[in-house]
Amino acid sequence: MSEHNLNFMPTEGFRARAKDVVENPFLRQSFRGAMDFLITKRAAQFPSPEELETLRTLGEQIRQYNLGKLPALLLQLEKNLIRNGIQVHWAETPDEANAIILGICKAHSAKLMVKGKSMVSEEIELNHACEAAGIDAMESDMGEYIVQLAGEKPSHIIMPAIHKTKEEIARLFNEKVPGVDYTDNVDELIQIGRRVLREKFLVADIGLSGVNMAVAETGTLCLVENEGNGRLSTTAPPVHIAITGIEKVVEKLAHVPPLLSLLTRSATGQNISTYFNMISGPRQPGEKDGPTEVHLVLLDNGRTQAYADEQLRKTLQCIRCGACMNHCPVYTRIGGHAYGTTYPGPIGKIISPHLLGLEATANMASASSMCGACGEVCPVKIPIPELLMRLREESYSAPHANPAMRGQGAGYSRLITSVWRGWAAVYRSPALYGVVTWLGSRFGRLMPSRQGAWTSVRVPLRPAPKRLRDMLKERG
Amino acid sequence: MSARDRILAKLNAAPVLPKAEPDVASWYETHRSQESAADKASRFRSCIELAHAEVYSVTSASWLQKLWEVLSAKQIGKLLVAPGTPHGRQAIDELSPSGIECQGYDAPIEDWKEEMFHDIPASLTSARCAIAETGTLVLWPDADEPRLMSLVPPVHIVLLDASSIHNTFYEVMQREGWANGLPTNALLISGPSKTADIQVTLAYGAHGPKELVVLLIGDEA
Repeated sequence: MSEHNLNFMPTEGFRARAKDVVENPFLRQSFRGAMDFLITKRAAQFPSPEELETLRTLGEQIRQYNLGKLPALLLQLEKNLIRNGIQVHWAETPDEANAIILGICKAHSAKLMVKGKSMVSEEIELNHACEAAGIDAMESDMGEYIVQLAGEKPSHIIMPAIHKTKEEIARLFNEKVPGVDYTDNVDELIQIGRRVLREKFLVADIGLSGVNMAVAETGTLCLVENEGNGRLSTTAPPVHIAITGIEKVVEKLAHVPPLLSLLTRSATGQNISTYFNMISGPRQPGEKDGPTEVHLVLLDNGRTQAYADEQLRKTLQCIRCGACMNHCPVYTRIGGHAYGTTYPGPIGKIISPHLLGLEATANMASASSMCGACGEVCPVKIPIPELLMRLREESYSAPHANPAMRGQGAGYSRLITSVWRGWAAVYRSPALYGVVTWLGSRFGRLMPSRQGAWTSVRVPLRPAPKRLRDMLKERG
Repeated sequence: MSARDRILAKLNAAPVLPKAEPDVASWYETHRSQESAADKASRFRSCIELAHAEVYSVTSASWLQKLWEVLSAKQIGKLLVAPGTPHGRQAIDELSPSGIECQGYDAPIEDWKEEMFHDIPASLTSARCAIAETGTLVLWPDADEPRLMSLVPPVHIVLLDASSIHNTFYEVMQREGWANGLPTNALLISGPSKTADIQVTLAYGAHGPKELVVLLIGDEA
């Protein structure tokens, strides 16, 4: 137990954080409004149910095919990246990944790093590691920039600052950006961000980015974005470092177009993003720009654990579009921060237990109404509700030997398990059921008036004085 | 054992679950039609215009005149061009006398980065080809026409030959054999840069070009 007690416990405080949001009408409106907007835009991109369904099936097949060959594809990717002049690094843990990145920074005496949007860099808390090493790590995606200025974390994987109103952002810029007057005009706010960050792109020593897909056969890193900050981060500074989870590799270039189409249409309801940036090497002799060094960091951080189990492996099909959170009734009401994990919403609930262990995420899979919307919209058909059931089982079952997951049984309670066992026994046996319901109808008044979470907002449960079967008997 | 060996060992210890290779070609065959050149041009145009690009139909004889008009209308007096390309050369020869300063991208970026970021209002590049389905320009930057030309200047003007418009991204990579070799940087560009990160309100001119202008050569439509 010892080491995990020291870890950040995301699910601790979940209720309190969720309550804060639920009781804040402004935040509620921010999330509801944004999610409705994204839901409508996505729906408009898929007018044909047949096209959507067959494309989702193709997306699922592509992801499963590539995961099926993952170890071989990682080697092929590595070989071709190296052939193209891109240096490849492997990291099992966030600490290892940070050490690799800081090592590259140190070799270049780097002072300033500009970052394109990368959820994996959030996952390893790279900004903290840079700060501790005296390197200024500056987010350049507008949403990430806003969140970083505010000293917060992203509340959505695609729209990081979705929890903030333009008035809040106006006050933030007025306070934190030198020489900026209050304006809540969105165009002006974006131009302020543009002006500040252009100066950073100009002088940055390192550009950091994520990767949406890595193509093994050509040794190519693909990035999807609208703002141009991803291209600037990967093109303007002399060194580019990309970081990605090991699951993002596809074997063939031909696998890219269907996934790209599913990604942008599902994420923001765009038929394509403004930029699709395919990087296959550093600057070559004679070329006049582009980084002279390109690095790729391949991160495990618990993904191999999901990979080891046939059902849990489906978690790794994810292309990080965020459609599951946009359509989630829980996410829409509590927002991204309540979860306390890098990845919020349904995908967060199924991936975080692998990244952080079930000790830290024991109750996450329970924060679901099991409505199934996430599974229905997933562009690569991850059976998210099934995986949530599986994770509940892993969390609440009694600890046993050789568990599939780190922290199996972390949510186990002997008392609760006994209660449910008793419940199951009663419902399996008609005779026992008769006795128990008879006792209930006679001694119902002895039920406690405080029944935990149930009575926090409801009247206590009391068995009726007469059972249904008795009432039917009386009617004859 | 290195991190690499440990990760690969864990993956190799997992059950092997081989899956049939997905048939991408047949999905595109059933779901995307082959359009005529005119239809592709008009689909390309309407898609990229929807994404806030300006498109002008020109001919190989008239594009320089249109380029001059566009620059004049936007009150731009300086244009970054690629002197090593035929169109860059032509721009230098014909626009300079009419008062547009044509600056060639002829030195490594380190020699003039500051100027590139602060003092170049517009650039001219060609597009390798385009995609009708999504209204997308395909650029393969190279030694003559480097990567930053299509990214840093606030106005990006692109020459596109209408006969090079394909139906889909998939078709482009198949017909051009991309799997056999890609340049250091290949780009799909589908409009000026934009963001909806503040209260899902769309704003153009995020970090890349604020305006994208396409000169479509030989558009019959």
